[in-house]
Amino acid sequence: MSAATLTRDVGVLSGRSLRLSRRDLDAMLTAIVLPVVILLMFTYVFGGALEVGTDYVTYATPGIILLCAGFGAANTALAVESDMSGGMVERLRTMPVHAGAVLTGHVLVSLAKNLVTTAVVFGVAVAIGFRPTASPLEWLAAIGLLLLFVHAITWTAVFIGVIVRSPDAASGFIFFVMFLPYVSSAFVPVYTLPNWLAGFAEHQPVTPLIETVRGLLVGGTPGAPAGADLTSTALVAVAWCVVLAGVFAAAAMVTFRRRTAH
Amino acid sequence: MRPRKPPADAAVVMADVGVTLGTARRPVPVLNGVDLVLPRGEVLALLGPNGAGKTTTIRVLTTQLRHQRGQVTVAGVDPLRHPARVRRHIGVAGQQVSLDKRQTGLENLVMLGRLSGLGRRAAHDRAHGLLDEFDLGVASERLVETYSGGMGRRLDLAAALIGRPQVLFLDEPTTGLDPRSRTSLWEVIRRIVAEGSSVFLTTQYLEEADQLASRVALVDGGRVVAEGTPVDLKRRVGQARLEFTLATGPDAVRAAEALDVVPAAELGTEIDREGAGLTVTLPTDGSVSHVRWVLERLEHSGVAPVSWAMPEPTLDDVFLSLTGHLARPLDAVDASAEPEEMAS
Ligand SMILES: Nc1ncnc2c1ncn2[C@@H]1O[C@H](COP(=O)(O)OP(=O)(O)O)[C@@H](O)[C@H]1O
Ligand SMILES: [Mg+2]
Repeated sequence: MSAATLTRDVGVLSGRSLRLSRRDLDAMLTAIVLPVVILLMFTYVFGGALEVGTDYVTYATPGIILLCAGFGAANTALAVESDMSGGMVERLRTMPVHAGAVLTGHVLVSLAKNLVTTAVVFGVAVAIGFRPTASPLEWLAAIGLLLLFVHAITWTAVFIGVIVRSPDAASGFIFFVMFLPYVSSAFVPVYTLPNWLAGFAEHQPVTPLIETVRGLLVGGTPGAPAGADLTSTALVAVAWCVVLAGVFAAAAMVTFRRRTAH
Repeated sequence: MRPRKPPADAAVVMADVGVTLGTARRPVPVLNGVDLVLPRGEVLALLGPNGAGKTTTIRVLTTQLRHQRGQVTVAGVDPLRHPARVRRHIGVAGQQVSLDKRQTGLENLVMLGRLSGLGRRAAHDRAHGLLDEFDLGVASERLVETYSGGMGRRLDLAAALIGRPQVLFLDEPTTGLDPRSRTSLWEVIRRIVAEGSSVFLTTQYLEEADQLASRVALVDGGRVVAEGTPVDLKRRVGQARLEFTLATGPDAVRAAEALDVVPAAELGTEIDREGAGLTVTLPTDGSVSHVRWVLERLEHSGVAPVSWAMPEPTLDDVFLSLTGHLARPLDAVDASAEPEEMAS
């Protein structure tokens, strides 16, 4: 088996994963509609009462984009779980297919899907007054960072999908991932949180990510990091993504091989 | 039992294969020294009750499970050492249909064809060919979730064949199907065999083994307890019986006396004089001439049976006569009988 067959396997299985997610309308709609609803709700319902030093939509959009990315990626846990228990993985293991190509396929499709849903949420945000001030370079950096984040969350989701033994357990993970951005700087500045929460919020991976995206897209607005501050936050964010992706991709592949013998 | 030395080009050879599953603290011995040979171009049926170790055997042969003891070759290759090479030569249809329900039949087959190394065009051609061959042409663009049980099994079989495997493994291919789908699946399997594939299948039905296999291995408790051609096994079981139900006790006695002279003694079983009281049972080779002879004898003696039947030997008969115990606990027999069998 060679690099050419690996590319073929990943290509074919990505195509499959894409078809399957296109047909899972529920999940697709939730992945788009839910973040949009959250965006509208925070902007119009809570936004007025929250003091963040700038337009609420300007403050909240970067976080909500991240929320949306994480949420869509977490669905991969369900897809992988269903492959593990539904017999497809078993079938593939009796065929001359590269181990793990099915997992890689899910990850690639998750990246593509999340680009699309992110673009939709972004469009809505612009429609209700979000005005990014980013230069083309900052745009690229922001998109790159989002992809890194989706990549890390997706591999984590893949790992969860490989180890759990039921769809319910996989759903539990999705819930957890949806919850993470709430305890971060996504909706309110960290310093407004009670001490014990602020400690968690400050050091969980989502906060530096949101801060970096905020600094890149709407740099110069109150609460957005800039200059050296932005650089160091960005480094922390990138480090988080690389470490999470590395650890969970390795763990997923090892567990996958163990659970499928040979 | 010691098999003959396997032919060098056998499709499958298993020698003294042992598998223990479960945990270190609670090991479960599942295969306890399995010896089997599937000669090239033949059909071997592994016949045994639930829990006998059939699926485990298939998993060992199809690189899904590593055995701890004994030697295995599949298409001449050792699956422990070269699983990837074995996978190029085999096709597998498991006990459950394992295809994407949210893909169409065509999409599933094309995908699997591409993964077994066919180019885009070749995969499409092969998929269409198989769909037509298996009577799924009209359903090829429908999602698999809309397929009936029999259609799903046929598609699964087509999927197993997509890479033109040398050895085909089928784990209980017709379990849970209605009689009509079962017969049509048998037709398909026969065609595959006629094209020269070697087939290793498992089943709980004696009739299925009889219909499809050139060799039958009876498994029980992770061991092969008997092996031979279906005719062989059936002969050892005592073959089919004729059963007559009479209206009264005296009728039954007269019928039994009349049939006592029927020369069927070499077939094995004794005539059951008391038994169920009003039934008389005798062995038969199932031929028209023998049945006619028996009916004539009855008419001659002036006894008119209320009804008659010719029950085929069941898996339980085979087990009872070859192992001395039933395939399943007695009280489980009725509970596990499938409705379709009672209806037929
Ligand atoms: N992973 C496992 N751990 C422990 N026991 C198992 C495992 N898999 C199968 N068994 C046991 O091994 C026996 C044979 O199983 P199997 O090969 O599936 O039988 P069959 O296919 O003939 O019904 C059964 O008693 C089953 O309970
Ligand atoms: Mg089984």
